[in-house]
Amino acid sequence: MLLTITTKRYPATDLGYLLHKHPAKVQTVELTAGSAHIFYPEATDHSCTAALLLDIDPVRLVRGNGNGHDFALEQYVNDRPYVASSFMSAAISQAYATAMNGRCKDKPHLVDEAIPFEIGLSVLPVKGGEPLLRQFFEPLGYEVNVQAHLLDEQYPAWGQSRYFNVTLRHTLPLKTILKQLYILVPVCDNDKHYFVGGHEIEKLMEKGEGWLDAHPAKELITRRYLRNIAPLAKQALELIMKDEVLPVEEKPAKDKVKLHDLRLLTVRDILQELNVSTVADMGCGEGKLLRLLMEKSQFKKILGMDVSYRALEIALDKVKLDRLPEMQRNRIQLIQGSLTYRDKRLEGFDAGVLVEVIEHLDESRLQALEKVVFEYARPAHVIITTVNAEYNVMYEKLTAGSFRHGDHRFEWTRAQFETWANGVAAQFGYIVSFRPLGEIDETLGGPSQLALFKRSL
Amino acid sequence: MSRRNRQLSHISIPELSLVLLIGPSGAGKSTFARRFFKPTEIVSSDVSRGLISDDENNQAVSADAFEVVRFIAAKRLKLGLLTVIDATNVQPEARKEWVRLAREYHVLPVAIVLNMSEKVCQERNNLRSDRNFGTHVIPQQISQLRRGVRYLRDEGFRHIFELHSPEEVEQLETVTRNPLYNNKKDEHGPFDIIGDVHGCYDELCTLLGTLGYEVDKENYTLISAPLTTNADGYTRFRKPVFVGDLVDRGPKSPQVLRLVMNMVNNGLALCVPGNHDAKLLRYLNGKNVVLRHGLEATVAQLAGETPEFLAAVKQFLDGLVSHYVLDDGKLVVAHAGLKENMQGRGSGAVREFCLYGETTGETDEFGLPVRYNWALEYKGKAMVVYGHTPVPEAKFLNNTIDIDTGCVFGATLTALRYPEKILVSVPAQEQYAEPARPIGYNLESALSLEQQYDNVLDIEDFIGKKILQTNYSHSITIREENNIAALEAMSRFTINPRWLIYLPPTMSPAETSREEGMLEHPAEGLQYYKEAGIAKVICEEKHMGSRAVVIVCRDEATAVKRFGVAGEGNGVVYTRTGRSFFNDKQTEQHFIARINAALISTGFYETFETDWVCLDAELMPWSAKAQALLQNQYATVGTAAGQALPVVVDALQQAITQGVPAQALLEKYSRRLKQTSSYVKAYRQYCWPVESLDDYKLAPFHIMATEGKTYFDKDHEWHLSAIKSICAGDEQLLIATPFLEVEIGNEASEKAAVTWWENLTAAGGEGMVIKPSTFMARDEKGLIQPAVKIRGKEYLRIIYGPEYDAPENLHRLRSRKLSGKRSLALREFALGLEGLDRFVNNASLQAVHQCVFGILALESEPVDPRL
Repeated sequence: MLLTITTKRYPATDLGYLLHKHPAKVQTVELTAGSAHIFYPEATDHSCTAALLLDIDPVRLVRGNGNGHDFALEQYVNDRPYVASSFMSAAISQAYATAMNGRCKDKPHLVDEAIPFEIGLSVLPVKGGEPLLRQFFEPLGYEVNVQAHLLDEQYPAWGQSRYFNVTLRHTLPLKTILKQLYILVPVCDNDKHYFVGGHEIEKLMEKGEGWLDAHPAKELITRRYLRNIAPLAKQALELIMKDEVLPVEEKPAKDKVKLHDLRLLTVRDILQELNVSTVADMGCGEGKLLRLLMEKSQFKKILGMDVSYRALEIALDKVKLDRLPEMQRNRIQLIQGSLTYRDKRLEGFDAGVLVEVIEHLDESRLQALEKVVFEYARPAHVIITTVNAEYNVMYEKLTAGSFRHGDHRFEWTRAQFETWANGVAAQFGYIVSFRPLGEIDETLGGPSQLALFKRSL
Repeated sequence: MSRRNRQLSHISIPELSLVLLIGPSGAGKSTFARRFFKPTEIVSSDVSRGLISDDENNQAVSADAFEVVRFIAAKRLKLGLLTVIDATNVQPEARKEWVRLAREYHVLPVAIVLNMSEKVCQERNNLRSDRNFGTHVIPQQISQLRRGVRYLRDEGFRHIFELHSPEEVEQLETVTRNPLYNNKKDEHGPFDIIGDVHGCYDELCTLLGTLGYEVDKENYTLISAPLTTNADGYTRFRKPVFVGDLVDRGPKSPQVLRLVMNMVNNGLALCVPGNHDAKLLRYLNGKNVVLRHGLEATVAQLAGETPEFLAAVKQFLDGLVSHYVLDDGKLVVAHAGLKENMQGRGSGAVREFCLYGETTGETDEFGLPVRYNWALEYKGKAMVVYGHTPVPEAKFLNNTIDIDTGCVFGATLTALRYPEKILVSVPAQEQYAEPARPIGYNLESALSLEQQYDNVLDIEDFIGKKILQTNYSHSITIREENNIAALEAMSRFTINPRWLIYLPPTMSPAETSREEGMLEHPAEGLQYYKEAGIAKVICEEKHMGSRAVVIVCRDEATAVKRFGVAGEGNGVVYTRTGRSFFNDKQTEQHFIARINAALISTGFYETFETDWVCLDAELMPWSAKAQALLQNQYATVGTAAGQALPVVVDALQQAITQGVPAQALLEKYSRRLKQTSSYVKAYRQYCWPVESLDDYKLAPFHIMATEGKTYFDKDHEWHLSAIKSICAGDEQLLIATPFLEVEIGNEASEKAAVTWWENLTAAGGEGMVIKPSTFMARDEKGLIQPAVKIRGKEYLRIIYGPEYDAPENLHRLRSRKLSGKRSLALREFALGLEGLDRFVNNASLQAVHQCVFGILALESEPVDPRL
């Protein structure tokens, strides 16, 4: 909530000219959700400090936003009034616009002069902590001093907070410092109080000119500044890097994607071999498999079901249902449903597919799922895939006993999966066979496993 | 029943029928329909042509128009409403479709034929400018009609009326509607419904005696019936109702017939036919029936009877009505049970079902047809009492009960007392017959049938817009989008739905206080109840924990038997959104074991005659469940403010010493520093480290339900004192809730409440809850808030933000809208009670789950979370 700029360069009160603010006054500028005050705690020839103090109105912060449907408590009890965030950037551009734009009517020579400054920020939230803070400022030549704080000194077990009292020292023209703060304060916070659109790219280009393209963390800064909105970030990165070739995505992510795609392609291959024409994807998520199935005219009727309405909306969007010709549109249907509730809409399909679905249910609810799928929906073929817990040791980041996904309720070994699947097959009159999925390890099997059930009664 | 009288002045038709008007164009069908039926009862093909094409005579849209007529007719019949089809219906194919529809909905098809001459029809059509179809049309229709009319009976019509001239139509005065024989909704009981007797006369007499009837056993007559006072305050004689199968297998079928016939013929009892009775009738009618399955015994016993008696038996059996709908439709008695869509209807299929039930088409290892248990899917409102299939124990399943406990096979003869729902049985004196398959075959699992089936709830009952009926409120509408949210929550996050019999309602705060520096104050809470006309309220300390519902069973067998949950321990603790309170099962089960021990040691199970209990409670500390919220939300704000504000205050002080006019700012930011440290103090009240079970505290405040009972009729003092007794069983874990009773309007008493609240909150407490002294209270508009909360000034900091009480903030925060929250609280309250009622009354899980699902859905309505 407080930004102080101190200089000891004689005469230090030149800072008042640079900032275009009189040291003896308290001045106030209006912001969208409150105001900011500028005052000088110290103003002598030997040392001069200008303070920019945010005065965010906590009530207006909530009432002003106008979208009445988002009722999260975090809106009401939040840290925004007390930190340096995008509100601080807004305050800088309001209060110190002249200085940041490099204009100084009375002493124009100061504008481009590198001056030793000490910057204080109270407090700066940094998502990623001190290392990231240093990663942002040190490459630009700042001397960084950080005071970290416990979340609650009464409960040290809760660990460190993400708030820091930060002191930065550097000798630079003031306008450069202001521009760098303008960009980097919200980047540290990794949040914005306003809608981020294309205009943000222009701001980033303008304020980042001359320092951002050489910054080793420019990608991260760009992404965070644009709130991780992928298309915006990509566009901005292209502008910043001009001729440089964009690096490919990180490898682990790519592997993960590959495994999932492989699973889906395998499922489609099996469905094609089985020569089925109607398929129910029970737990379709965002509809990746649905789109793969749509490509093949063999599949005449495709049903996608998921319990998550949000996922279905995305699936709907990705399938582009409303833009398909009627013949195509009639092939596919998306419904919200749950595998723990009997559902007539699932009846009458040649094949039912559950790709990485069962592990998202509590084991005690599996009994219901078995009945819903094998007794009531009862397709001629059922394909179920789930992760193979034995393979988890291959993932370096996974600690023993933990799951690959936060929402997994269990992860089974091959033996566990087979025992379950064999039991289900025997109970409901199916014949089951198994195969590993993904890059296969001799002793551990594949990262994922698949059971193919064929109705025998 | 068929009539083809030439001179009709009265026609009488069944009250629930599908009436087909049959006649050529111009025969006067629409005029006829308008004269004798309500406009809404008439579905006309002309009108429907007009509806879809703007032209009533547009023959090109006939097919589509027919679809509309059929659709409307089907909807009406589904609702049990008489429907008249106003169309020519002269072709047999057209009529066939309607007969099929009538059968589908188990209503009787009625034909009213307007067989007018061509001249009459042509003249009428000539008067109408819009009907200018060719002259060949009417003769053709007339010839089609005349060719088909004599086959109407073969087509399936049992009620046929034919009118041949305008004069005959003119002479017809009334069309009366007869109630179906099965409709005995006016009979309210009390009843004693008696299972399959099968010739066990001695046992029947003993049972009637046990029930309080006096029987002259030698003369086969009922001397007197016991009296019972109904809920409506009237005292009435009880009436036995026989579910059929009076005869066969047992030793004294003729005696049973004599007694029952005497009682029924004198209006002292009711009886529906069983398949054995029907077969005996066929035998007596001289039909070719095989003498087996016990019929041979009956035939032998009847050998010495007089022809008069046999004739009387024939007449009696012939007159039996397939089933009865009794007590305003709340009770249905049928021999083999009856599905909802057949109740109160009449068709061959209904009679078949009543006699034989449904079979799957397969036969079992004993060579008998496999019965399809219709009761598993029963969702109807009426209780269905039936027999037919001997069971080891009569048990309610989805509001149905099979009371054939196999007397003739040496078990017991059972009666169900209605409306008390008490079962009375007498043992068989001996085993008279050997069952073809073991009684209870296929029922070996400990989970009751219902629970095995209910494992899988049908999504149909939960998605889309739903309107729920409760005994406590107007009907409650759950919107589709809220059900969407509930389905996801229910599927992904909640515990096993079989445990979820109740979710607590949300609670509204009192109206906003006008006191300086206050947002909430007891005065408004007391005022609320005063305006609602409540004389006495109770103030309870609001605990600083999380709402928790606790279900404890005496042992795991009870969990299996009563909740249908196997392998999940003997109880559960869940949050107000149905999620497991504890992250690990082991802690939960230790917790449950502690409470169970307290219940056992304090004699709770004996006092309450139960094996389980459902408690509504507060579980502390809050940090046990809300650790993440405390750390990520509350502590972060505290740290940020706590670290930033001192630096700001320093800087401002420094500026002031330099002569900068920043006094106002210094004052403001110093105040903010103080407010934020109060805020930190406030949230810290909610944290205490939890290392073992001993660090938890449970404060139950309502005993919601035990076996067969709810406690909504008991006042809060009763609840709190019953709970206090339980707390004595484990004072480490269980705490009683401090409370204060207040007389509304008594100044001293009200003042004491304010002081009590002030002391509570000054000591760091969260606040208090004011409730009417009774569990449920109403005013002229219906239910009033069962509780309002008055939260402490400091506690509100963690709700409204650290600086909420600054005057410039407070005056804006005061405009808060409570009506949404209050309406929500009432709807959730009513649904919560309804769900428990249903559970203790052995309703299906589906019926219970609907209430709980509804509450969860309502919880997704957008409401200001600060309220």
